[in-house]
Amino acid sequence: MKKFERFEGVVAPLDRANVDTDLIIPKQFLKSIKRTGFGVNLFDELRYLDEGQPGQDCSQRPLNPDFVLNQPRFKGSEVLLARRNFGCGSSREHAPWALEDFGFKVVIAPSFADIFYNNSFKNGILLITFPEDVVDRLFAEVDANEGYQLDVDLENQRVITPSGEILEFEVDEFRKHCLLEGLDDIGLTLKDEDAIRAFEQKHKAARPWLFRQSA
Amino acid sequence: MSGQTLYDKLWNQHLVKQRDDGTALIYIDRQLLHEVTSPQAFEGLRLANRKPWRLDANLATPDHNVPTTIKERAEGNSGIKDPVSLIQVQTLDDNCLEYGIEEFKINDPRQGIVHVVGPEQGATLPGMTVVCGDSHTATHGAFGALAHGIGTSEVEHVMATQCLLAQKMKNMQVRVEGELGLGVTAKDVVLAIIGKIGTAGGTGYAIEFAGSAIASLSMEGRMTVCNMAIEAGARVGLIAVDDTTIDYLGKRPFAPTAEQWEAAVADWRNLVSDDDAQFDKVVTLQAEEIEPQVSWGTSPEMVTGISGQVPDPLAALDETVQRSHTRALEYMGLQPNQKITDIKLDKIFIGSCTNSRIEDLREAAKVAKGKKVADSIKLAMVVPGSGLVKRQAEAEGLDKIFIEAGFEWREPGCSMCLAMNADKLGAGEHCASTSNRNFEGRQGYGGRTHLVSPAMAAAAAIAGHFVDVRSLPANDATHAQEA
Repeated sequence: MKKFERFEGVVAPLDRANVDTDLIIPKQFLKSIKRTGFGVNLFDELRYLDEGQPGQDCSQRPLNPDFVLNQPRFKGSEVLLARRNFGCGSSREHAPWALEDFGFKVVIAPSFADIFYNNSFKNGILLITFPEDVVDRLFAEVDANEGYQLDVDLENQRVITPSGEILEFEVDEFRKHCLLEGLDDIGLTLKDEDAIRAFEQKHKAARPWLFRQSA
Repeated sequence: MSGQTLYDKLWNQHLVKQRDDGTALIYIDRQLLHEVTSPQAFEGLRLANRKPWRLDANLATPDHNVPTTIKERAEGNSGIKDPVSLIQVQTLDDNCLEYGIEEFKINDPRQGIVHVVGPEQGATLPGMTVVCGDSHTATHGAFGALAHGIGTSEVEHVMATQCLLAQKMKNMQVRVEGELGLGVTAKDVVLAIIGKIGTAGGTGYAIEFAGSAIASLSMEGRMTVCNMAIEAGARVGLIAVDDTTIDYLGKRPFAPTAEQWEAAVADWRNLVSDDDAQFDKVVTLQAEEIEPQVSWGTSPEMVTGISGQVPDPLAALDETVQRSHTRALEYMGLQPNQKITDIKLDKIFIGSCTNSRIEDLREAAKVAKGKKVADSIKLAMVVPGSGLVKRQAEAEGLDKIFIEAGFEWREPGCSMCLAMNADKLGAGEHCASTSNRNFEGRQGYGGRTHLVSPAMAAAAAIAGHFVDVRSLPANDATHAQEA
């Protein structure tokens, strides 16, 4: 995983509550056995006017001109501004894979679904939760100012607006550390290998039926 | 100190290590694998030159991509016409073979939807931690197991370490008290709960479902309820262990051996919340107030009773809700204040990890028996949850009832719940579906999903539009939930 560094990025607003992972990446693209290449199909049903198929050349497909990511002013955006309960529904990690592959490093919303939240951090995407009124204000500012950028500083847990306003956010220490250092969870967990083995032995002695194989 | 909730007990029994930063290592007893969310995890193991920690904790079966027509299934993997789907299913076969993981392959009679297969095999047991790269893993909580969906990075993490990095959730109890009316099923209960607390109502919580109406449900019904905990935002749904749980488990292939049985049962009896346990939030519903439910929108919280109507978006107080309702009605092609019973259907889907177990098929068959699917219905299909459910249904003659009524009787898989195989809705088609999600495009590009119980889906198939299953003659439908 790449280290998460401070950056300034264009903000794209997706003004819609309960954006589910089916909407982020429709199921036909889940047939891939790879982790990459999902970016062209991010928000496929909103972004294109036709029905997408895996392996298709998306540059030839009709774009929906009304969709935010198709508007020139949001080209190259790295911060997605969203509404409440973003990422609800299926556990597909293809959703953060698609966001990351498209170029998003940060999603800001009033709330996120739990599984999506975990999956995003494991792929180097920072999710920032701000109160609803702050998110409302950001939507208004993005709307009013073409080229609106936010300065995202994870180290100091703050976002700085173009006017210099500082918005602080909470993030748990472990997730922050992993993002900043670009750490692999599995390697970290295996440092506790002895503790896991000891637990496993005790667990098996207490509840041997949990370790039974098929008859 | 107050007592522990069921969730607290399960958490404590699996806590390997609590770290100072608030995260914990939780030991995982069972991981279920399917073809869609596992290939990148196996690839990750391979690239890092790691081996699975404990092979016998894993059980795999292909379900999302498998075709469901009898003709295609007779050909095994070669019956999968979509080459991309085929690669995914073959990749699961190859990975399981390479690493030595037990797999029920496409034509194994035990194959089926992972969340039907696990419990059916006794591979899900009370007191276990169960994970799967699938959000509907919450299903297994019906057994007093701590079960939830995980992402593919976590699938790889569990394979490599037998542990999951987790943070403790908060405790919520949803009580459903009283007696369910005739024709009102577990599906209606959980849809009513979601309608009440919303799709984010359970975010951050483990929900324990309790109360007399929940206790009276069969294991199949309890699985339906826990299955949709995620549609209320909760990764975990739980139900306390009781006689119903224990009776279900005896003699299942992975269940404890005879010599371990007594000790296991004694241990399982503790898997209930203590009387003085404290919940962070308690929500109560009265069973008598729940009527058969139908979703009208594009989120499971957009649901109402069969006697209700499509809401007027402008009546919503919150602007964000107004906008989502307006958008939902536009997508669904419905009018404000339209009666639910006036919604006409094009297709009927009875199946999915929510409602494809034997009891679900019995309920639907009772309604369909001796009737005909309406001419206006283009396709009505019944997709059993597993090969064993299919076999049982056939032994009871349910397949004949469905076929005579004009339903297609299919082979097991996820099918049109998410339409990764060939079973899908066309644009603009309305479907009465026993599945769990009515998101835009979920069942096919432009498709319009209405979530209902199996009995309600069967009744809609016969009528061509939604009808109140309670209004049907007593001899066929109204005793549906007593099966």
